Amino acid sequence: MSLADRIACEDVVMFVNAAVTSTGQREFRADAAEQRMSLGFLHEYVLGNYRDLYAATLALDVNHFNGALVVTNLLRTANLAGPQRRAVEGRLIAARLRRLPPQRVYRVFGELRRLGVNNRRTRAIIRDWVAARPDPAFDAVKYRRSLSVAARHAHLSLPAEVGTVLFDWRRPKRYDTPILEAWRRAHYEQRALYELPYTVAEGLAVRHGISRARFLTGIAPKLTDGERLRLQTSARRLDVAAVGTELPRVPLTRLASYVLSLSRPDRVRRRAELTDALRAAARRAAGRQAGSWGRVVAVLDDSYSASGSGVKRRRPLAVALATHYLLETLAADYTGLWLHHRGDPLLVHPIGSTGLGARIVDGLERRPDRLVVVSDGWDNAPSGQAAEVLRVWRTRLDPGERTSIVHLNPVYDSDSFDVRRLGSTVATVGVRDAEDAAALVELARFATGTATFDELRAHLAARVDRFLAAPDDPAVAA
Amino acid sequence: MTSTGVGRRTGLDLTGLVAGPAQLWGAVRLQPLLRAVPVTDLRLHARLYDPDDVSIVKVGPRAAYVAYVPHAFVANWTTDATPAAVYGTQLRDPDATGQPRGIGLHFRRRMARRDDKRRLRFLPLHLALEGYLALQFGGPAIAWEEWTRQAVTRGLSPRAEAAYTGVEVPGLADALRIFEIHPEQCGMLLYVADALAAAFVVPHPDDYRALHPTVLHDLYGELVYQYAHLYPAAPEFQTTLDENRVHSVADLRAEIDRSGAAWSESASLMAGGLFGTERLSAEPVYRMGRFTLSRFLPAFTPETENHIGESITDEDGRLAYLKTFRLSAAQARRGHLLGQLAAHDWSLDATAEALGTDRSGLAVRLDRSGFGHLLRPEIIDACRNQARRSGRGSARPPAR
Repeated sequence: MSLADRIACEDVVMFVNAAVTSTGQREFRADAAEQRMSLGFLHEYVLGNYRDLYAATLALDVNHFNGALVVTNLLRTANLAGPQRRAVEGRLIAARLRRLPPQRVYRVFGELRRLGVNNRRTRAIIRDWVAARPDPAFDAVKYRRSLSVAARHAHLSLPAEVGTVLFDWRRPKRYDTPILEAWRRAHYEQRALYELPYTVAEGLAVRHGISRARFLTGIAPKLTDGERLRLQTSARRLDVAAVGTELPRVPLTRLASYVLSLSRPDRVRRRAELTDALRAAARRAAGRQAGSWGRVVAVLDDSYSASGSGVKRRRPLAVALATHYLLETLAADYTGLWLHHRGDPLLVHPIGSTGLGARIVDGLERRPDRLVVVSDGWDNAPSGQAAEVLRVWRTRLDPGERTSIVHLNPVYDSDSFDVRRLGSTVATVGVRDAEDAAALVELARFATGTATFDELRAHLAARVDRFLAAPDDPAVAA
Repeated sequence: MTSTGVGRRTGLDLTGLVAGPAQLWGAVRLQPLLRAVPVTDLRLHARLYDPDDVSIVKVGPRAAYVAYVPHAFVANWTTDATPAAVYGTQLRDPDATGQPRGIGLHFRRRMARRDDKRRLRFLPLHLALEGYLALQFGGPAIAWEEWTRQAVTRGLSPRAEAAYTGVEVPGLADALRIFEIHPEQCGMLLYVADALAAAFVVPHPDDYRALHPTVLHDLYGELVYQYAHLYPAAPEFQTTLDENRVHSVADLRAEIDRSGAAWSESASLMAGGLFGTERLSAEPVYRMGRFTLSRFLPAFTPETENHIGESITDEDGRLAYLKTFRLSAAQARRGHLLGQLAAHDWSLDATAEALGTDRSGLAVRLDRSGFGHLLRPEIIDACRNQARRSGRGSARPPAR
């Protein structure tokens, strides 16, 4: 492989790692500004040098923030691409927008307006996406400002009453569309409030002076799964039974985050329920791959840095906990090793230093088929020991590579423009949601420099084809 | 004030404390000190004072110490080896907290003051700093004609030294925030650009966890502040394992243990300026049960590291508490000069001879160290002139 190819390969893997992990928010070590600046540079760099691959990353599991950023950047610099590239990019953008949550897409439209990107192609993309929304009237209520910005920017022709409610809402005495009529009445009438989405009703409830407990009881049937999970603790505190105590069907990592937000006595009290919910979510995420990974050992980081930051509370720990339950399902024979914690993984707590080296030896000693390390890569007790252990293991104790080792890193290191690596011998991939771990491990072989650039291109092309052919994720489109 | 240089000359006994692997952030290296068996019959906690106020501490019948004091430490102890409780867990006396607010001056009585039967309040670091400031505070013991009348009657008063709070040291706040505290950690060595800046030891891991943030509000000398500004990063010490010695998993574990042991050795190497020296003069301040609170001064050798500090030791001399402050080179020189003067009864000629210089050389040195006001003006002027003529005087223009 030529040097240029190798650098290109590394650059793309680096960008994918960043685009999967970083959300432009404060992390344990870097603040939000550092993260955004570092990520902004990386986007510019890959967009300038590898435009085709940059667009192809839309087909990977990059997170919502970076997906939206890639779409914005591609539309912003569309004049640099030829007609054929634009056609491919257009399909990728449309497919990615369909999978993004609506508030993210509306934010992209707002950003395009701010940047003054307004050409026929961009307007068509906005028009097609809005036309594909299941209920424009619902959007006009829930994403009122955003839809009006998009409509003005792209010169959208909206259904009659939707246009009226956005731009001429003072005039009509009543609407024929039920949700618009409910929205109009909710300004005067408390009962109409409960027909609206939770986020809209919340503000109006305050204006009507409705107590929080009464409001939650009334709005409970309208809550989405995410809102239901988020409101459970406050509902419990306010004694609102209607929100329910059963855990809704939410993705595995989200559930792990919720579990870690509970106090440890609470976790002990609800141990059976929480464990069952986590296992069920893991089974859903594993799907048909369950039990197919052989003997697996995981080394999971529960050091103090796993507590994340004020805006990403315990995120690295939640990823580790979710990975624990996912691997338990994926593997035929599984052992999870925490750095400090012993006993029930449900009660894990981020504390202490990161002594990965000794714990990796504990894992390797069991001679598993696969060793998975989930850590932010700041191996500091002592620093660099994990890299040395892995190197010596490869050269002296396992030259035949019977154990495949992969490092999943949930934290983007803004200084090195990549996730922090454990060592050159081990593949490191960024991870945001543990559910994607299976797909990410596929990508890991490109990170060690063993696969060629052509293989990477072929892999990405295959992912793009699969992405464009696959039906949209119904959970996101709803 | 009495002279403080009369205490025992000892080193610091680190028995029971093992240095762990350091964590590096920029130029700040924090090395944990781990204690396998914590001290349970002495506990510390912090008492916060208003950060904007200046404290005036009455240290003697006619002497006061004025400084910015962000907090005090409170030590609780028991006499019969039963575990002591941390005071913060108890209900406070209401009139103890309800101090009237007025102008930003707070008067505290004594550096170390008994709060209750088994409780001592002391001002961390200020105890040690006051010991340094009070060095030869009384001034010339014999009224040689060179010294001013003021110097003979009033001593060195007022004597001032400046230091920086940790907040002003760049990178220190971040380094402390992201430091991952070990479960059995009872102390820390703080290096800035690999120069030992401070050492901090407490009796119990829970105390350390509670007092870890107070390190940011401590005082740091000029050297620490400058190094933190001048050196953006210190090198990471990479662990290396010798692969030729590894033939099995057991060998690998042995190699890991060996590299871990290297870390505790590194502490004795890097902190040798504090722990290696045998020439600390300690002065007991307060005795509580089997523990003694004392402060210590270094030998003031200008070419080595000079740390002042305070410690609580048990009856065998083992450390239960330690806090140090690294003097800057100028501060060490001042200490050295005062020590030499005192040793020669403040006689200029005898001292000059001991320092390998002459009378005017010593006078210029005193002047540069900020003690010029102690000498009579005509003496100083004559010495300045002589130094200028001989071409080895200060580059500075003469003071007007």
